[in-house]
Amino acid sequence: MELKSGSNLEKVLTAGHFAFTGELGPPRGADAAEVREKAEHLKGMVDAVNITDNQTAMVRMSSWAASLILLQEGLEPNFQMVCRDRNRLAMQADILGAYAHGIRNMLCLSGDHQQFGDHPQAMGVFDIDSMQLISMTKQMRDEGTFLSGAELHGVPKMFIGAAANPFAEPFEWRVHRLGKKIAAGVDFIQTQCIYNMERFREWVKRANDMGLTEKAYILAGVTPMKSVGMAKYMKAKVPGMDVPDEIIKRLQGAGKGKVADEGINIACDQIEEFKEMKGVAGVHLMAIEWEHKVPEIAERAKVLPRPQID
Amino acid sequence: MIVAKRKPFEEIKSMIKDYKKVLNVGCGTCVAVCLAGGEKEVDVLNAELDMARKLEESPIELGKITVERQCDREYLETLDSMVDDYDAILSMACGAGIQFLAERFAHKPVFPGVDTSFIGINQDVGWYEERCRSCNSCVLGMTGGICPVTMCAKGLYNGPCGGTNQGSCEIHKDQPCAWYMIYERLERQGRLDSIMDVVPAQDWRNQTPRTVIQPGYKKPEAA
Repeated sequence: MELKSGSNLEKVLTAGHFAFTGELGPPRGADAAEVREKAEHLKGMVDAVNITDNQTAMVRMSSWAASLILLQEGLEPNFQMVCRDRNRLAMQADILGAYAHGIRNMLCLSGDHQQFGDHPQAMGVFDIDSMQLISMTKQMRDEGTFLSGAELHGVPKMFIGAAANPFAEPFEWRVHRLGKKIAAGVDFIQTQCIYNMERFREWVKRANDMGLTEKAYILAGVTPMKSVGMAKYMKAKVPGMDVPDEIIKRLQGAGKGKVADEGINIACDQIEEFKEMKGVAGVHLMAIEWEHKVPEIAERAKVLPRPQID
Repeated sequence: MIVAKRKPFEEIKSMIKDYKKVLNVGCGTCVAVCLAGGEKEVDVLNAELDMARKLEESPIELGKITVERQCDREYLETLDSMVDDYDAILSMACGAGIQFLAERFAHKPVFPGVDTSFIGINQDVGWYEERCRSCNSCVLGMTGGICPVTMCAKGLYNGPCGGTNQGSCEIHKDQPCAWYMIYERLERQGRLDSIMDVVPAQDWRNQTPRTVIQPGYKKPEAA
């Protein structure tokens, strides 16, 4: 079978393995060692690593630059690109440059609004939206042309990803929005962190019924809770996050010094269910500022060793 | 209408500090309706400037006139016989009016008395909200009469994003999510089909000055 990009993530998914991806937030500074240190914990643990792009609208080392450091470390990056900070010229230029340096996966996102970040005065670009970014990246790959229609030489063959939030309102529309992203040309989806399993099951069921899960790989988003405070913060403050009270109660019931461990238990229970869930092709683990815990989580979630595919 | 708000007093005072004779020109249309730059606001500003300059022992002579529309040549003509009596002009019109005035009297310094805010609607006296960004390619037919360019904080054409929070926008709980509203309205009208397809990238060409010439009209030889 001919691969679209030949990325490791694509190979793992097309071979039918249950994918396991990680995430790494670039530093708020120019220290490459910081990226290498975080990357060290992820080696051999995941199939690809999402490199966030000015996440929460805070300035960080650029996602393509941190992705290159990851490549040097022998890890496969999933280069995230948001629509907030670049217009279509800069986006296409970065796609070409990223591909030229060996980046093969891309995640297309709208991006958190600039008002959240450290430069709320910034002008948000949003020249194109995430849906249009997906379709532009696909056009570059499959038609070998720029968005303008002009031919490009040296085609960037990206494995194209996007996010989906099964929990934000209107719930009824979310699966159609997934359908639109697939129509735009997405190859894989990584979902928002899942805590409300009931709602997620319903969303996947609808995606299955519409045949969407056969057209793109769905990776379920998992973020282990480190503390009760984190759970309460995510429930109350993070837009589009759905944290049921049972999760908070389960963490509270864990007893002193055992909350983080219980957070990992919850994550592992979820991963076990995802492995068996029709329409779910893998898990995207977002261990936020908890990269050093990834080996333990991967071990306990029984997703090791990761498949090696040539 | 075009909505504006008066500039901070200190800023206006500082812009005209070197002039002894200033004509304050109000505009009788949009900025008058939104209580920023009509006849009444011209009077209030002149009174404040007059008092402040007296206190600073640098008195100023202020003239006043409010024309129907500063964005219209025929109304600006009224000023032709007046401006030479003044050192500078203060305009309380929107950015378009101020520029048209400055263009006509290019030999006189012209200063803005208001900040032009947006194209909006009148919710109540003194309460205005933005509704249009004049993008030059209206999609309101597709979106149930709710503008995604203006009302969505990210201007998304294929929303809603993942930041919708119980019907609110991620930027603020008091800001409704435009795409949530679009969905609700189209669903009520049985028209969800109209947002099922991916909307392609927009042809933004609104960053160079635009001109509209209606069918049947043409640009005069010498405007």
